[in-house]
Amino acid sequence: MSTPAIELVGIHKNFGRTQIIRGVDLAFPRSERHAIIGPNGAGKSTLFNLISGRLKPSAGAIRLDGVDVTGARPQELNRRGLARSFQITNIFPRLSVWENIRCAVLGSLPYKYAFWYGIESLAALKERTVHILHEINLVGRRDTPAGVLTYAEQRALEIGITIAGGAGIILLDEPTAGMSRREAEHVVALIRKISAGRTLVIIEHDMGVVFDLADRISVLVYGQIIASGAPARIKANAAVQQAYLGTAVA
Amino acid sequence: MTEVVATRAAVPVRSWLAALRRHGLWLVAALLFLGLPLVFRSGTTLTMMSLMGIMIVFALSYNMLLGQTGLLSFGHAVYYGLGAFFVVHAMNAIIRAKLPIPLPAMPLIGGTAGLAFAVIFGSVSTRRGGTAFAMISLGLAELVESSSLILRGFFGGEEGVTTNRTRMFRLFDWNFGPQIQVYYLIAGWCLISMIAIYALTHTPFGRMCNAVRENPERIEFIGCSRTMVRFIAFCLAGFFAGIAGGLAAINFEIVNASYVGLQQSGIVLLAAYIGGIGHFIGPVLGAILVTYLQIMLSDVTEIWQLYFGLMFIAVVMFAPGGLAGLLMIHVPLVRARVLHLLMPPYALLLAASSIAGVGAIVIVELAHRLTVKATEGAGMRLFGISLDAESAWPWLVAVALVAGGGLLTRAAWPPATRALSDATAAAQGAERS
Repeated sequence: MSTPAIELVGIHKNFGRTQIIRGVDLAFPRSERHAIIGPNGAGKSTLFNLISGRLKPSAGAIRLDGVDVTGARPQELNRRGLARSFQITNIFPRLSVWENIRCAVLGSLPYKYAFWYGIESLAALKERTVHILHEINLVGRRDTPAGVLTYAEQRALEIGITIAGGAGIILLDEPTAGMSRREAEHVVALIRKISAGRTLVIIEHDMGVVFDLADRISVLVYGQIIASGAPARIKANAAVQQAYLGTAVA
Repeated sequence: MTEVVATRAAVPVRSWLAALRRHGLWLVAALLFLGLPLVFRSGTTLTMMSLMGIMIVFALSYNMLLGQTGLLSFGHAVYYGLGAFFVVHAMNAIIRAKLPIPLPAMPLIGGTAGLAFAVIFGSVSTRRGGTAFAMISLGLAELVESSSLILRGFFGGEEGVTTNRTRMFRLFDWNFGPQIQVYYLIAGWCLISMIAIYALTHTPFGRMCNAVRENPERIEFIGCSRTMVRFIAFCLAGFFAGIAGGLAAINFEIVNASYVGLQQSGIVLLAAYIGGIGHFIGPVLGAILVTYLQIMLSDVTEIWQLYFGLMFIAVVMFAPGGLAGLLMIHVPLVRARVLHLLMPPYALLLAASSIAGVGAIVIVELAHRLTVKATEGAGMRLFGISLDAESAWPWLVAVALVAGGGLLTRAAWPPATRALSDATAAAQGAERS
């Protein structure tokens, strides 16, 4: 078996005396779409924060492509090919859509800190920015400040910023939360498109989206993984039904 | 055949025109700098314009931190002042050794000194943003200011360090004795610095500065180090502050501890903020206004700094975008030719607030007379009128002016803002159609 894209070994996270993550062992194989589900407060976003370097684990190890990256800073993880989106939209509100995406593209380029040549002269940067704008369908909103976009557009921009650097591993935290049915469908199609050939880990509450998109599902309850497997098996798992899905799916 | 000739001729002309459109403003600025001394010939204005040029460079360098990168520094004068001290010492050394280095090159030494100290201090302070950065900058400013009184050899103690710019190596027979020659030296460096600082905003680094300002957390998740961006911004700002300090050293031929002081750091913050930190032109306007007021107001009243502070509070409260912000709101209105609609409500607002302002000035000056200058008696002249600060009448009139003016201002405010929003809506409608 090849090295997983992300491997979590015995991860614990405490805030003071409160244990949020209580021993998570999980491997995300490369080029797989993996969904993490679980009730509110189960620790899903905390798990994302640990993987992406926003928080440091209290115990345990995180490996990225087999390399130990426990405690690494977000920018270092990003350079190693991991990018994430946020549950609460986290964009550059007073910059235009164009600037948002261009900065995100720039972050992955060696000349991101260059102050000796003009930004307009960088053809590859411009090309990649245009490409991303087409991908997230915001070409028409190019010069609009990101803060005045509609909610659905901001969520699309959030995904655009996440994928702009061309990361191979993408973590999306509730990308369809608060959207109408139709908007969510658009976003799911977008996620399907951008995650082709990449490793995707997604936190999602909408079960329709989860079963539609994921190759594998892990269920996090009270800081522990209670089940992990193919969607059909998760659906049939009695413990999962009791803990989380309730009667809605059964 | 003729067609070929025509297109061949047209291409260079078109690219020349495009270049003119892109850089035309700088050409206008250069001509303005060249021509100003022909219009304003008096010695005082020449000195004032020289000081304005220095302040423009200083304020723009400050805005690389505050406006561009979102770093609030309370100690920017450290790099300005150290740049000035290094220039003075370098000039004296060059004069002693009779080195063939001309005066116009000296600001570079100031810039290098500013850069070097920004590298040292910045490596500590830029690890944190927000309040922590502001506090560290204040601590460093305090450190340098207090050491300026200890290291007397370098800082020259209370009397400072002097030099003589006319004894430097001469190019083209310019000895930089007359102020006009110093003015052109400052104007030249001011223009170069303005172009360079503006160009920096259009580089990958410049854009990253804006991104760090807008959302310092997100930037880390797109593979960029906010610490690195802040550090580079801090170093470059230190470089240009050092150039400004070097220009000041050349202009005054004396540098003392006040150059690195907290008051100097405060002035540059005020200049940038009053001018408007959100636009490139803001700190330029602020530098011009603040320098003008520093010179003119201090001639009129001893407590000019108090008015200065009041003006700052007024800007923060009523026009957080500064002068440039106010101007930019009205640019589309000029384009749409609806600006004249605003004139009547604006005139009313100005008249009403002026009444209150005059009343406030009278109260401040009367109080100043009675307290700080009590030994000189209660008689005084204000706005050309003789007043007795100990009688009740001037006080009553002043209070009435403040109260009446305040009420009128409150009444005049809504119509003015309403007229502004109506005109803006009209301008936007005109643009769309």
